[in-house]
Amino acid sequence: MHAPSPLAHPAKSGSQRRATAEPPWVRRTLIGIALVFLGGFLFIPLAAVFTEALAKGFSAYFAAFSDRVTMASIELTLIAAAIAVPLNLVFGVTAAWAIAKFDFYGKNLLITLIDLPFSVSPVISGLIYVLLFGAQGWFGPWMMDHDLKIIFAIPGIVLATIFVTFPFVARELIPLMQAQGRTEEEAALTLGATGWQTFWRVTVPNIKWGLLYGVILCNARAMGEFGAVSVVSGHIRGRTNTMPLHIEILYNEYNFVAAFAVASLLTLLALVTLGLKTWVQFNAAAEDAPSH
Amino acid sequence: MFTRRRHDVLPGFRLTLGYTLFYLGLIVLLPLSAAFIKTSTLTWEQFWSAVTAPRVLASYRLTFGASLFAATANLIFGLLVAWVLVRYEFWGRSIIDALVDLPFALPTAVAGIALTTIYAPNGWLGAPLAALGIKVAFTPIGVFIALTFIGLPFVVRTVQPVLEDLDAEVEEAAASLGATRWQIFHRIILPLLTPSLLTGFAMAFARALGEYGSVVFISGNLPMKTEITPLLIITKLEQYDYAGATALAVVMLVVSFCLLFTINMLQWWSSRFQRSN
Repeated sequence: MHAPSPLAHPAKSGSQRRATAEPPWVRRTLIGIALVFLGGFLFIPLAAVFTEALAKGFSAYFAAFSDRVTMASIELTLIAAAIAVPLNLVFGVTAAWAIAKFDFYGKNLLITLIDLPFSVSPVISGLIYVLLFGAQGWFGPWMMDHDLKIIFAIPGIVLATIFVTFPFVARELIPLMQAQGRTEEEAALTLGATGWQTFWRVTVPNIKWGLLYGVILCNARAMGEFGAVSVVSGHIRGRTNTMPLHIEILYNEYNFVAAFAVASLLTLLALVTLGLKTWVQFNAAAEDAPSH
Repeated sequence: MFTRRRHDVLPGFRLTLGYTLFYLGLIVLLPLSAAFIKTSTLTWEQFWSAVTAPRVLASYRLTFGASLFAATANLIFGLLVAWVLVRYEFWGRSIIDALVDLPFALPTAVAGIALTTIYAPNGWLGAPLAALGIKVAFTPIGVFIALTFIGLPFVVRTVQPVLEDLDAEVEEAAASLGATRWQIFHRIILPLLTPSLLTGFAMAFARALGEYGSVVFISGNLPMKTEITPLLIITKLEQYDYAGATALAVVMLVVSFCLLFTINMLQWWSSRFQRSN
């Protein structure tokens, strides 16, 4: 007796893809290795943040937030994100409109330049602003004369945050709007709509999920940035420390409960970000499905 | 450059392109050019001795070595994770799929203190490893762990869509011609995934080179031993050695730009690859 060929029973459901699937033990081993790898790198760190934050109970956890300096760091993080995200949102929409709706020379170069901040080390992202606005920088003496302070002050933190989150919205919108083309906008204009009406009633509804997606990612990075902000901040307690910088100080002072308590807020933000991201992807796919 | 190729009915070309170029110049290009101009104040000898001092060379070895190992680990495990997520059904798959992006969403400082706590000699994973004689935290292995964490999503996310689009017919044809599963994998599937694997590898490597936040906590920051180049830049800045810090930054920027160029080429190659299939 020969072993039955897979082709001999083509219609048998369940074993139908046997020839192009792995045996169960291979399957289980691969899933197992993947889960061990992801467990060690994703689940254990996540669990560690909350375990350490609650190591001395809930009262110690909440006591960490009654500290005035901690609250100041939360406030500064919110301020930096509240300035950086809208500015990069406006830029992202503007850049995507120019790139997706018109043909011009140098477009690919422009797209590459917009992505540039992603390939710059966070430390260097901070350094370049020190070179411009620091005491020894290009505009340093002029600013000193006019009593303006950017480095080791809030404006520097905002600038560094804008730099590191610069491409997020643009890079979500550019491919999306390029794929959508310009026929719908052209139709609206032909039917007598103004430019603004076309933008708000035709373009924005078409790009809303991509827009939201970009804003969510931009915000997560803005609130969590560490390296770039660290270079320009000066680490003045209660004045120029954002949440990630405050975490570093608490951690280096061996105040682990407070460090992880603040970290747990940022971890929750990350989890909410991932949740929203999945939700947005789901919605975008659901809206996309009938039209294709 | 940046001149329009044809006349369009849509409004706002000059306004939106003008604003894009203005904002890009102000936030990105002007500050970046400051780094190159600052470096040009150094003579060639000064620049060369600043970027090849023994402590600097040691930081390159650690940064590039650990990044290479981390990107390689991500190449192997990223392919495995992408494969498992696309091909197999198991409990919790969609949650795991969403969590793969955690290293993108989690602030690096949080990742840094969490990994340090886990891998410290008295930590959850550090204690058993220490019993085996392996020290992770405050050694180059710790740097490798942190860089593997932050580069984890890249390969998964570049390979996943290609694997999803792979035509089942190709595999069925190979199987019907008598190929074993392993032959199908390494003769057919792996070559099709190569451009996306390389893209993900290069992205993870590029990200690891510049990483700072997740590394500084776990590395211990010993000069000559566990000091990464970005940290050395900060150290020089704190000593008011602006020119020295900038010289190092320029070296790192040039490497990053070369990698960015490579990644763009790889993406172009993989998109051509996908289309021709």
